[in-house]
Amino acid sequence: MQPAFSVLFLTTLIGVGQGMLVALVAGQWYYVIGSGEAWESDAFYAKGAAIALVFLAAGLLASFFHLANPQRAWRTATRWRTSWLSREVVVLPAVMGLAVIWAGVHWFEVKPVLLTFSNEKSLDLTMAVGFLAAGASIVLYVVTAMIYACVRFIREWASGWTVTNFMLMGLASGFTAAAAYAALSGSRLTDFLVAGAIGLTALAGVARAAHLWRNLHLAPPSTLRAAIGVRFEPIRQITPGFGGPSFNTTEFSVHGGAGSIRGLTWDFFLLAFLLPVLLLAAGGLSGEGPFTVFAFVLQLLGLIVERWVFFAQGRHVQNLYYQAQG
Amino acid sequence: MSKQLALVIDLNVCVGCHACVTSCKEWNTSGWAGPLPDTNPYGAQPSGVFFNRVQTFECGTFPRTETIHFPKSCLHCVDAPCVPVCPTGASYKREEDGIVLVDYDKCIGCKYCSWSCPYGAREFDEIQGVMKKCTLCIDRIYDTSLPPERRKPACVLACPAGARLFGDVNDTESEASRAIIDNAGYQLMPEWGTNPANHYLPRRKIKMTLHKDELVRADNPLKVEGELPKPHFNAPSIDEMSSW
Ligand code: SF4
Ligand code: SF4
Repeated sequence: MQPAFSVLFLTTLIGVGQGMLVALVAGQWYYVIGSGEAWESDAFYAKGAAIALVFLAAGLLASFFHLANPQRAWRTATRWRTSWLSREVVVLPAVMGLAVIWAGVHWFEVKPVLLTFSNEKSLDLTMAVGFLAAGASIVLYVVTAMIYACVRFIREWASGWTVTNFMLMGLASGFTAAAAYAALSGSRLTDFLVAGAIGLTALAGVARAAHLWRNLHLAPPSTLRAAIGVRFEPIRQITPGFGGPSFNTTEFSVHGGAGSIRGLTWDFFLLAFLLPVLLLAAGGLSGEGPFTVFAFVLQLLGLIVERWVFFAQGRHVQNLYYQAQG
Repeated sequence: MSKQLALVIDLNVCVGCHACVTSCKEWNTSGWAGPLPDTNPYGAQPSGVFFNRVQTFECGTFPRTETIHFPKSCLHCVDAPCVPVCPTGASYKREEDGIVLVDYDKCIGCKYCSWSCPYGAREFDEIQGVMKKCTLCIDRIYDTSLPPERRKPACVLACPAGARLFGDVNDTESEASRAIIDNAGYQLMPEWGTNPANHYLPRRKIKMTLHKDELVRADNPLKVEGELPKPHFNAPSIDEMSSW
């Protein structure tokens, strides 16, 4: 498939935003269930949520460049019963809304206690809204990934690995972003977030490798014989019916093809997974903030490359009808 | 069963002349579903929106080969996978006749439906920014100002070889259904469960088997060609009337 840059930015940037929300909520929860005295300031969470919102908004903005008629974008929310794309349009603003509320209750320190447990821990409003925001973020990973995983005519995408990977890579980049933010603001949460980022990045790398491995061994989904219903083999296309390019030849294939995919696969493993793990470890051990920032920049770049490869690798069944390119 | 309009395309008859392609383009670019714009039409790499294309395949190994001309347009699938994925509801399947259409006023041009068509039947119009596809000439087939025999898709009327039939494939008495039943009509890639409404009629081998005794005339045992001897009027005959 032809990767569209708007979609590459949309999926990677909102992934960072969602992951950062999850990471910060996890950090807040870590302190609630952990030691009683160590707290991170409400302003820290509020500013972190604001940064996450910037990523989410940037992704949303990028998505508009994908639409030929963005003035009708509101209509995309109407078919959530059947379309994962429509569901994304519903859930993304919900995540952003919850992030705004979470940032708000922290910033204005609106934290009435909602529940008190028998072990003297309590659930206040900031934590409750945080759980909702983090939960919605996780749901959004599933919804975004299902847009691709439910396209059964692209075998490379139609797999649970697509969902696993969108989630793990998003979480990894979000934790890295949160770790960079924490390190720069000298937060006590830095170690927790760096550890989370290293673990998730390593896990995401392994899962992505598993997905690649699966895709190496895919049987062709259909044959030309079934495509035109003729049993006299071998069948060879003489002409697709036109001499120049058409939508069906440009949207469903990618220039450069297998060569670029192979090269870029190594690149993104290095950029998105290997180098960030090393840099995060260096940052965690030395306590130097810039290491984690650098790790995040490389990882985001790597994940954009990863998304490019993900799209380019998808081979659509319709290509059976467009083998002889004019 | 409800009505399902569709095309039946006879691969045994199609000669690959592209008359259906040009008549489709002409009718639809100027009609309700138009325009079907072209980019760079007179340049080296012309490109444009078409609802119907005729592809050509070669089967077999030389010298035993065969050329197949294969017209392809939207198959108006009964279980159309392109419809539920549309986030706006612009793509829909009509209840009353099973035609799959795109509402250009709702389409945002996300192209998601085209990913969910295994046949490559949808083509994006870059200029209007909406998805386009075959409408089965919905603006012709219900046009009561046309004489009834002209209320057919433009491609069907244009085909000089008569390779294209149009009708309700759920009505077993329709010409289209009869053609499918009589000639073992089939669907494309049924394994995807899309249940396409359009059907194709296979190549039929037209072969005559001659046995040896058919090469000599059984009523000419002496193998003498020419006028048969004319017996006398009164010569004995089988019906006991006359040998004449
Ligand atoms: S042929 Fe493609 S566009 Fe037409 S109804 Fe079937 S899936 Fe949809
Ligand atoms: S391109 Fe138009 S018709 Fe197709 S899925 Fe998007 S909104 Fe629906």
